[in-house]
Amino acid sequence: MRYGETGYYLEVDLSKGSVERVPSDTKDTETYLGGLGTNAKIIWDRVPPEIDPLSPENLIVFSAGLLCGTSAPGSNRTIITSISPQTRYMAFSMMGGFWAPELKYAGYDKVIVKGKAPDLVYLWINNDKVEIRDASHLKGKSTYDTIHMIRNELNEPHAEVLAIGLAGENQVYFASVETESSSASRQGLGAIMGSKNLKAIAVRGTKDLYIAKPMEFMEECNKVLDYIQFRLQNPIPGVPAILSYIGSPQEMALHDEKWHTMSFSWGNARVRRADFWNEEIERQWTETLETARKKLVGCYNCPVKCHGIIQLPGFPSYVMKCFSKLTYVMAALADDLDFGLKIAAIAQSYGVDGYTTPQVMAFAIELYEAGILTDQDLPNFPKDNKERFYYLLDMIVKREGIGDILAKGVYWAAREIGKGAEKFDHNTIKKHEQIPIKLGMLNPIYFIMWSTGEKINITQIEGQIPQAPLPKEAREDFVKDWPQVPTGKEERFKQFILEWGEEGKVFPFWPPADLIAELVEWQEIMHYIDDCLGLCAGLSSFPLKPPYHIHNLPLLISYATGMDMTEERLWETATRVRNLVRANNIRRGLKRSEERPPDDHWKKRFPEYEAKLMEEYYKYRGWNSEGIPTKETLLKLGMPEVYEDFVKRGILKDE
Amino acid sequence: MAKKKVKIIKVDLDKCHGCRACEVACAAFHSKPKYGIVNPARSRIRVYRNELQNVFVPVQGSFYTKAECAGRHMYKINGNDQSTYDEDMSVCSFCGAACPSRDLFKEPDSGLPLKCDMCESDPPLDKPMCVKWCLADALIYEEREEEGEEEPKLDEVDTALECLVDKYGMEKVIDGLARMTQKE
Repeated sequence: MRYGETGYYLEVDLSKGSVERVPSDTKDTETYLGGLGTNAKIIWDRVPPEIDPLSPENLIVFSAGLLCGTSAPGSNRTIITSISPQTRYMAFSMMGGFWAPELKYAGYDKVIVKGKAPDLVYLWINNDKVEIRDASHLKGKSTYDTIHMIRNELNEPHAEVLAIGLAGENQVYFASVETESSSASRQGLGAIMGSKNLKAIAVRGTKDLYIAKPMEFMEECNKVLDYIQFRLQNPIPGVPAILSYIGSPQEMALHDEKWHTMSFSWGNARVRRADFWNEEIERQWTETLETARKKLVGCYNCPVKCHGIIQLPGFPSYVMKCFSKLTYVMAALADDLDFGLKIAAIAQSYGVDGYTTPQVMAFAIELYEAGILTDQDLPNFPKDNKERFYYLLDMIVKREGIGDILAKGVYWAAREIGKGAEKFDHNTIKKHEQIPIKLGMLNPIYFIMWSTGEKINITQIEGQIPQAPLPKEAREDFVKDWPQVPTGKEERFKQFILEWGEEGKVFPFWPPADLIAELVEWQEIMHYIDDCLGLCAGLSSFPLKPPYHIHNLPLLISYATGMDMTEERLWETATRVRNLVRANNIRRGLKRSEERPPDDHWKKRFPEYEAKLMEEYYKYRGWNSEGIPTKETLLKLGMPEVYEDFVKRGILKDE
Repeated sequence: MAKKKVKIIKVDLDKCHGCRACEVACAAFHSKPKYGIVNPARSRIRVYRNELQNVFVPVQGSFYTKAECAGRHMYKINGNDQSTYDEDMSVCSFCGAACPSRDLFKEPDSGLPLKCDMCESDPPLDKPMCVKWCLADALIYEEREEEGEEEPKLDEVDTALECLVDKYGMEKVIDGLARMTQKE
């Protein structure tokens, strides 16, 4: 009997129309945990770099995490993995909500889809009964209509449905996968579903999930729940309100958006508006949100309410969270939140990423204003930015005219359009649009994270340390009660918090490179663990002082699965997964030259110092000067097959 | 008049945000071994969720009935008749009965009815698991004295037997029990 996981994958071949229930290997669980870890292994084994992301041979894996469906609060993440059509690297977009636990209760840890259906289909998983069903009547339907129609035609109000909208069907490179409560938005995995003619996956499960050590497991879960309650009542002093709670940044609950609107860039990541936020704006925005937001809600088995149900007359009802509240407003240089809430309703019905989409549109507007795109490309282009956004959104999703090129995102569109458009691509890393931040002084810790993050998204790396020095009076208290720090690192990390901001202890030449490497590693490892377990980063790797940390996670894994997990072993496992993800990308051509933030990310840059930081970090991680895991690293992590493949492909020399 | 102790779980609908933690805690608590199985389909409290319409209603498993009520055939809500489950609210959405018209509040494998027992256990919990796990405070536990006689309670075995008798008839159940006894 398997504990914590179901021990079965569902293999679906849409070309053949076949469905098979396949037992998974317990050794894989021990080596890679689950979720992202085992997904990375499947991609390594079955999707060599010759396979084009949008071809039928590419796989898309819909995975629950190892702890999904157990009593552990917030263990609800769906980890979707494939090769991104945009970055051409391994993509692992994730979402909360209700889908992954339902999959576990149906008796599966993953759904692995390959091939391409001759016509549009959806998958219906009802415990042991699995059907590939015709979806021709759902063609072009919005994400919400699709979910609603599928539940009704199956006569299953409890079915959890993930779906793509028109953007996914049209293979827009930043199409999302949506449920009614959450979306896996980044890196264009909706396009992969579209390329397979897979409109949706509905799942219903009523089977048992077993826990190896029930009493011990429940005791740990209760402790986590208590700590969640404690943190909800005790925000961290000395940091902006938005960073002081747990969960996603509480932008559906909080109205003070001074921090985001002042420090992030508007337009095509172009300008900062230091004086934007004032009392009048705050009053208007508060009223807009209070009127449109009907309730604060959240995900499966989690008490934190990060989402808001948004209902606006004339627009489809939808669920919003976090910074997507601002992305459209800021990119359109609009002043009213109302616009942001409305266009997001349309965008989510189409199923597009709320980070990339506004930036592509702001980029297009800049090209138009620079004369690179003309009235021929954009006939009857409106004068007003907000109207332009609606215009462009439709064009992109329907892939009409220039929209067909813009649908590939800023990087590819800039190169296809040419005529100097490349210059306007100034906020992508590894071909993927980044959060619009342009700052002053180089931050050496963030420099390494932006550069080397395989998720290509800073929020998926950061979290355990503050973003700026704490005020002097808050430092002692912060470190006094900080059980989240890994064993053996307590002194160093606490000293870092206490000294940061003192004379001579400021960026960019402080802290020392070895401490930077350790801090980056800690933050990143915690995210990798979450993504293997299906735990929400909002309770774990993303906020300061989270309920889940390196000391209770090994216990939870041991008690849930019966494995003998320790802090040391968990760290090593996450390191293995991190290296395997990197190996997939190295094999797909990832180069050191791509591992850098855009030139204007900070005003003050230090090329030689940055190069030295990268060298030190690569070395610390056991990678060579090109960022490739060395033979020694790969063998130590027990991945000789990766080393052999690297030698065969000429990536590493046989030693 | 004698006093009897009444335990109830009150529901504050404004506070429920549909996370289903109550289902998880209930299912885990009632599993054998305790906390050893998680399966919300076995929970004695279920949350009716309709996220986009902003409706979240925790419903406790209440009673077993062998006949379905007339409600399904009488009402139309949001333009839908009630002969099928619709994702939109139906008259059944807020009902806690284990009845023949649906699979709610029934053990998924045996079909036996599930009913909230207020987590009565030895040693007793200070409040039922669903209430404990509802950090939203949508579920509120109350004990109060009411006038009236303590009614003899049907325990789980009685309810299960009653259900089996309804399904197969008294004779078959007795035969079945006899066969099982002989085997043992």
